[in-house]
Amino acid sequence: MEKEYTVTVYTEDRIGITNRITVIFTRRRINITSLTTAETEIPGVYKFIITVLSERSKLEKIVGQIERLIEIHRAFVHDEDEVVYQELALYKISTKSLQNGNIEKLIRENQARILTITDDYFVIEKTGHQHELIALQEKLAPYGLIEYSKSGRVAIVKWSRRFHDHLKELAGLHTDNLPPADYSGTSTVTAAQESI
Amino acid sequence: MKTKPTEKFELTADTLNISGSEAVIRSLIAEGVETIFGYPGGAIMPIYDALYDFQDKVHHILVRHEQGATHAAQGYARTSGKVGVVFATSGPGATNLVTGLADAYMDSTPMVCITGQVAAALLGTDAFQETDVIGITMPITKWNIQVTRPEDIPGAIAKAFYIAASGRPGPVLVDITKNAQAAKFDYEYSKCDYIRSYRPVPELDPASIDAAAALINSAKKPYILCGHGVLISGAEKELIAFAEKAQIPIASTLLGLSAVPVDHPLYVGYLGMHGNYAPNIMTNECDVVIAVGMRFDDRITGDVSHYIKQAKVVHIEIDAAEIHKIIKADVPVHADAKTALKALTAKVNVAKHDEWLQEFKEADKKEQEKVIQPELYPTGDQLKMAEVIRRISEKTGGHAVLVTDVGQHQMIASRYYRFKDPNTNITSGGMGTMGFALPAAMGAKVGVPEKEVVAIIGDGCFQMTLQELGTIYQSEIGVKIVILNNNFLGMVRQWQQLFHDKRYSSTEMINPDFVQIAKGFYIPGKKVSTRGEIDAAIDEMLAHKGAYLLEVVVEQEGNVFPMVPAGAPIANIRLD
Repeated sequence: MEKEYTVTVYTEDRIGITNRITVIFTRRRINITSLTTAETEIPGVYKFIITVLSERSKLEKIVGQIERLIEIHRAFVHDEDEVVYQELALYKISTKSLQNGNIEKLIRENQARILTITDDYFVIEKTGHQHELIALQEKLAPYGLIEYSKSGRVAIVKWSRRFHDHLKELAGLHTDNLPPADYSGTSTVTAAQESI
Repeated sequence: MKTKPTEKFELTADTLNISGSEAVIRSLIAEGVETIFGYPGGAIMPIYDALYDFQDKVHHILVRHEQGATHAAQGYARTSGKVGVVFATSGPGATNLVTGLADAYMDSTPMVCITGQVAAALLGTDAFQETDVIGITMPITKWNIQVTRPEDIPGAIAKAFYIAASGRPGPVLVDITKNAQAAKFDYEYSKCDYIRSYRPVPELDPASIDAAAALINSAKKPYILCGHGVLISGAEKELIAFAEKAQIPIASTLLGLSAVPVDHPLYVGYLGMHGNYAPNIMTNECDVVIAVGMRFDDRITGDVSHYIKQAKVVHIEIDAAEIHKIIKADVPVHADAKTALKALTAKVNVAKHDEWLQEFKEADKKEQEKVIQPELYPTGDQLKMAEVIRRISEKTGGHAVLVTDVGQHQMIASRYYRFKDPNTNITSGGMGTMGFALPAAMGAKVGVPEKEVVAIIGDGCFQMTLQELGTIYQSEIGVKIVILNNNFLGMVRQWQQLFHDKRYSSTEMINPDFVQIAKGFYIPGKKVSTRGEIDAAIDEMLAHKGAYLLEVVVEQEGNVFPMVPAGAPIANIRLD
C-alpha cells in the first residue's frame, strides 16, 4: 500500500550525487516529496533524507539500486515509527494583523516563535511534523499570510548507532565499539539487531 | 578495513612535468592496456598527440563511428577478459557512445571510455561540441567522472579500471577537459584496489550455503539456471562439478550460453522467449531452482505471476540489487558465482535424478519433431537459417567465437550453434542492439586473434554499422561475416504476422548488393541461395585467411519457434 516513507542515503561528497540518486526514483516514476541533505558528524560523509509516497516493496528495490552506486555507503527505507523527525516552516504575515489580539494566542499555543518584525511584515518559525505545520498555515491564513515556506525532513534513525560506528570506522574515527553488524551486503539490519 | 599493498610507479625523469595527455597514455599502459578503439576529434586531440609517441606500446584501432568503438570494446572485453578501452571526442563523439555504454551496462561488460571535453572555463556555456556527457551517461554507466585538472587524471583512470572490472563489471566513462589534457604536472601512478563506499565482492555467508545445500539435498527435481555471471566469474568448471555431483540438469540464459558445452549430458538447453521447449516448461515442474549469475529478465520469465511458483529458489548473485528484484529468493546467496559454487559443491550430497532428466528428454522429443528436425532438414527449396547455422557449427567444430546481432538470426544462432568453449557467444542480450555484431566481432577477433570469429548478422542489422568494414580492412581484422538475408526485418515481421494480422508495416527491406559493398572495402565475398552451394561456400569462407563476407539468402518469411508470446506465462509456449 502507498504511504509515506523516509529513505536515508549515506554518500561520499561528490558532484552529481543528487542526480545519481534521484534518477533511480524517476525511472520508477516515484515523486520525491521532500529532500534534505547535509554533511554528517563524519567528515566527507553526507546524508540524504528523502520522503516519498510509495510502497515498501518498491522502495526496497530502489534502495538496492541506490546502494549499487559506487559512492553510496548504504541506503535504508524507514517507516514513520523508525525515525525521529522534524520539519521547519517559516510564515510571513502582514504586520497589520498584529493588532488583532488572537495572533499572540496562536503563536503561543502552537509553540511558534517570531524571528523578525518590520513595519510591513513579521516572520514566524515553527518546527514540527508536516500536518502541524500545515495546520498552523491554515490558522494563519485569515490574518493575511503573505508567504509560507517549509523545509524537507530532518530525521534521526532510532537504530542508527552501529551503522554510524561502521561509517566512523571507515573514516578512521573513534567508535563506541559495539559488536559489529553487517552492512556490507544484502542483509537487512533490523531494529532488534541495532538495539542499544 | 583491509587494503592490499598497491603497486607503486615511482617518479622518474620521464614522468616529471608531463602533460595530462601523456599521463592518460601512461596510465593506460600501467593498467596493461594494449588496444584502444577510438575516433579522434577536436577536444581529444592532445591525447591523440600523446598517443603518437607510444604506438609501439598501445595499438589504436581507428573505427568508422564511435558506436562501433564501444561494441568493438565489448567484443574485445568479452573474449579476452580484459577491460575494453574507447577514445572519443566531446559532443557528437561522446553522444555516439551512448548506445554502446547502455549495452555494456545491461550486459555487465567492463569498459573504460575516455572522452575529450571542452576546456573547463567553457563548461556550461554551450561551447562548440560541448555536451553534458556526464549527465547523459549517468544512468547507463557503472561510474563516470569529469576531470578538469591534470593531477586528477591518474587517480581517475585508476578508479575507472578498478570499478569497471571488479564485482559485477560495467562501463565507466572518464571525461577529460582539454585544459587538463594540455597542462603539465609531475606524474605518478598507483593502481586502485579500494574505495571505502564500494564493496565489489561480498563475503560469502556460510549460513546461506548451508541453507542452499539443505534445499538442494531434499530436492526431487532440482534445476540449475546458468547465467552470464558464471562466465564473468570464470566458474564454468565449478558449475559443472556442482551439477555432476548432484546430477542436476543445467539450462542456460542467452548470455550464459557457452558456459557449459552443449553436448554435456546434464545440459538441457537454452531458456527464454525463443529458447528450447523442455528447459522452458520444466521451470514450472522443478522443485528447487538454483539460479546462478542471472537476473530473471522478462524474456526468461514471461509472466512472473506464473513463473516457478511451485519451486524454492536459491539465487546466487554478486549484485545485491538483483536479488529479490524480480523473483523472491528463498535462499539468497550474495556472492561471486565461483566462490559460492565451490562452497556449495562441498555441501551437497551425491545424488541421482535420472527420472527427472528423463522428463527433459521426453519433452525435447516434442520440440525435435515439431521444430528442430523440420528446421535442420527442411523439404522446401529455400534455405533455412537453422541449417546454415548448424553447418557453420559443424565446420568450426563449435569452437569458433560466434558474434550475433539482434533478431531472428540471433535466436536461431543461439539455438542451433553447438557451443563447446566458454566465452564463445558474444551477443547483445539486455539491450538488443541492432548493429552490434559487426563491430563486436572485430573487437572479439582482436581480443582472441588465434580463434576463428564468425559474425552472424541479419540484413537489417548489417546496414546499421556496415561502415566498420572500413575498420576491418584498414586494421586487417580477419573476421568472417555471414549475412543471413531474408530481405525483411525478420523478427518484427514475425510479430506482425502472429499478432498484427500480417500487416507488414515498414519491415520489408529492398537491399543493396552486399557482396559488392564488401568488395568496395576490398573484402572478398560470395552470395549463395541454394542448399547445394552452402557447404562449399562455408569451406571457402573458413579457408580464407583474412576477412570474408558470405551472404546467404534464406527463406523470406521463416519464423522462430518455440515462442513464448511477450508477457504470457511460459506454459503458453508455442511450437508453431
